[in-house]
Amino acid sequence: MSAPFLHVEDLAVSFPTEDGVVKAVAGSTFSVSKGKTLAIVGESGSGKSVTAQAIMGLLNRNFADVSGRIVLDGTDLLALDDDQVREMRGSVMAMIFQDPLSSLHPFYRIGDQLAEAVRVHNKVSKSEARARAIDALHRVGIPSPDKRVDDYPHQLSGGMRQRVMIAMALINSPSLLIADEPTTALDVTVQAQITELMSELQRETGTTLIIITHDLGVVADMADEVCVMYGGRVVEYAPVNEVYYRPQHPYTHGLLASVPRLATDRVDRLDPIPGNPPSLINLPSGCVFHPRCSRRDEVSGDLCRTEEPALVSVATDHLVRCHLAQAGATGGAR
Amino acid sequence: MSNEVLKVEDLRVYFPHKSRGVFPRTIGQIKAVDGVSFELGGAETLGLVGESGCGKSTTGRAILRLVDPTSGQVVINGTDVAELSRRAMRPVRQQAQMIFQDPYNALNPRQTVGAILASPFRIQKVDPPGGVKQAVRELMDRVGLNPEHVNRYPYEFSGGQRQRIGIARAIALRPKLIICDEPVSALDVSIQAQILNLLQDLQSDFGVSYLFIAHDLAVVRQIAQRVAVMYLGHIVESAPREELFAHPLHPYTHALMSAVPVPDPRVQMERERIVLGGDLPSPLNPPSGCVFHTRCFIAQDRCRTEKPELREFAPGHTVACHFPITEPLSGGVIHGPDSGLVTPDEGAPGYFTETITDLGAVGTSRLDSGNPGEGI
Repeated sequence: MSAPFLHVEDLAVSFPTEDGVVKAVAGSTFSVSKGKTLAIVGESGSGKSVTAQAIMGLLNRNFADVSGRIVLDGTDLLALDDDQVREMRGSVMAMIFQDPLSSLHPFYRIGDQLAEAVRVHNKVSKSEARARAIDALHRVGIPSPDKRVDDYPHQLSGGMRQRVMIAMALINSPSLLIADEPTTALDVTVQAQITELMSELQRETGTTLIIITHDLGVVADMADEVCVMYGGRVVEYAPVNEVYYRPQHPYTHGLLASVPRLATDRVDRLDPIPGNPPSLINLPSGCVFHPRCSRRDEVSGDLCRTEEPALVSVATDHLVRCHLAQAGATGGAR
Repeated sequence: MSNEVLKVEDLRVYFPHKSRGVFPRTIGQIKAVDGVSFELGGAETLGLVGESGCGKSTTGRAILRLVDPTSGQVVINGTDVAELSRRAMRPVRQQAQMIFQDPYNALNPRQTVGAILASPFRIQKVDPPGGVKQAVRELMDRVGLNPEHVNRYPYEFSGGQRQRIGIARAIALRPKLIICDEPVSALDVSIQAQILNLLQDLQSDFGVSYLFIAHDLAVVRQIAQRVAVMYLGHIVESAPREELFAHPLHPYTHALMSAVPVPDPRVQMERERIVLGGDLPSPLNPPSGCVFHTRCFIAQDRCRTEKPELREFAPGHTVACHFPITEPLSGGVIHGPDSGLVTPDEGAPGYFTETITDLGAVGTSRLDSGNPGEGI
């Protein structure tokens, strides 16, 4: 990949708490090219949302230890001060959250909230900002936007609110958009509307998109590249077809095997990953996945338990954090 | 069915809609469940699918009398429970239990697992052979929890483990029927599969029947032998699993199935897609005629005026639609009315398809109405 638009290197985030240090992210490395879509997949507690918050500069540095490098179009975001980050947030980069009801202010009309987003970053008149708000609502497919612009969030349905959130995120034409579980709170038929809308807007505007989700179906639908996270680490990172058809990490493999599917023949029993996700305060030694891994016996000695594997390349653009990959002995999709 | 465990006949649950003010008056009725009928045999699983607000959870809650039915019959193991008093309902609960969606709120945070699992025996005054303590340990072992953790509190367990506690509580008295209300939707994917397998094992072990309420079609296909699809308080289609997924008839079922994102990039690019317009209409003021006509991509004039009745199309396969889809739809994208993405010609009944050749290029073509699957 030549000169990625966003490059995250060795990102580590930890939160000191009374019970111990929560190592939410440790050693996250990935990059996205301009106009492409990266999906960060993982289960709860895998560190995917914290990674997004770190990129957006939403972590309070008084409570979170953040280290590593986040380079957006040549600028190291972690080296900027709060004012500089605030300047970029909403104009250069924007974010869509999972729950559109709690992300919109309940007391303000959606038009005023959209116009505010315009006026914070541009010197324009109120009427000009309102016109842009109506235009943004029109672009995300809200019917009669000139009337809806005066609605309060509670007057809109969940799908409509998510459209408003997308309109707000895109109103200043950001070059990077992060969507954190954008369709999780929505019904499937509405979810289909929103993913379609996001893909369409991305084609139009050429925005670089990072989508954070636990839903492997949404990933297959939207992503160019996929980053699989587990226990705060990137365990596999590859183009979408590689991840789905030639998964190399036992966790990715297990994840794909444990999803019930509609498109393929039904199996009588699913093949789950045994055990539970690790505690981020008390992570397992060595490879964080080893207590649940079905293939740890294939590694000679005690390596999985004692030594953390590095993220190594197994094919072009395909990185895996597993001792099996290092030994060059992964079976791939079986 | 002679060995039916549950029979629901024309169940209706209406909630009063009150005006605001100091003296609220009833100014309307929210028809959450509006004439639902189905049967459930022994050791069978019926999946009840639909989107939020379709009345699937209210149906489940009305069966166990957690909300009171407005009218209709609910026969559990031969007893009509729809009219029973609270006191008379109590022995029935030995036969019928519930598993809830959110394992965090369904367990009393101030009770230990041991106390939570002992409560069914205590409330129903059942003395298990070997004593309650022994029974609790066996239950924990059966659902895959370490019996040594009997004195722990719910917060000490992960989400999946908490759902196991909820399941252990539900099976404690060996009920004939368990209503599972979205039991896996709050869980991570890798844990979901564990819980689905556990529910299947318990069914083959002691023949419990499940009414499995869920919004996720793939999950329902995994666990249910029969599936009923609900929309706005009505069952619009019901069929054995293989039949429903191979030959869906109702346009809503088609839309629902096509909307589920499939974890397979190649399939995802090629398959049929129907993007429904708008949102679920308000159950306070449901549409005339067929409740689905406002979002339907093949609706005609008749659908706006005449309500379709459930009729049997194939053995065991019933559908409530004037124009069931019998031929497979073609690949590509079909937009319903006012989806906000494509504006259909005004007044003309019809739908649009887009054939995706590759991710970059999208062509649009118009089809005549009534000929799904032709001309692409």
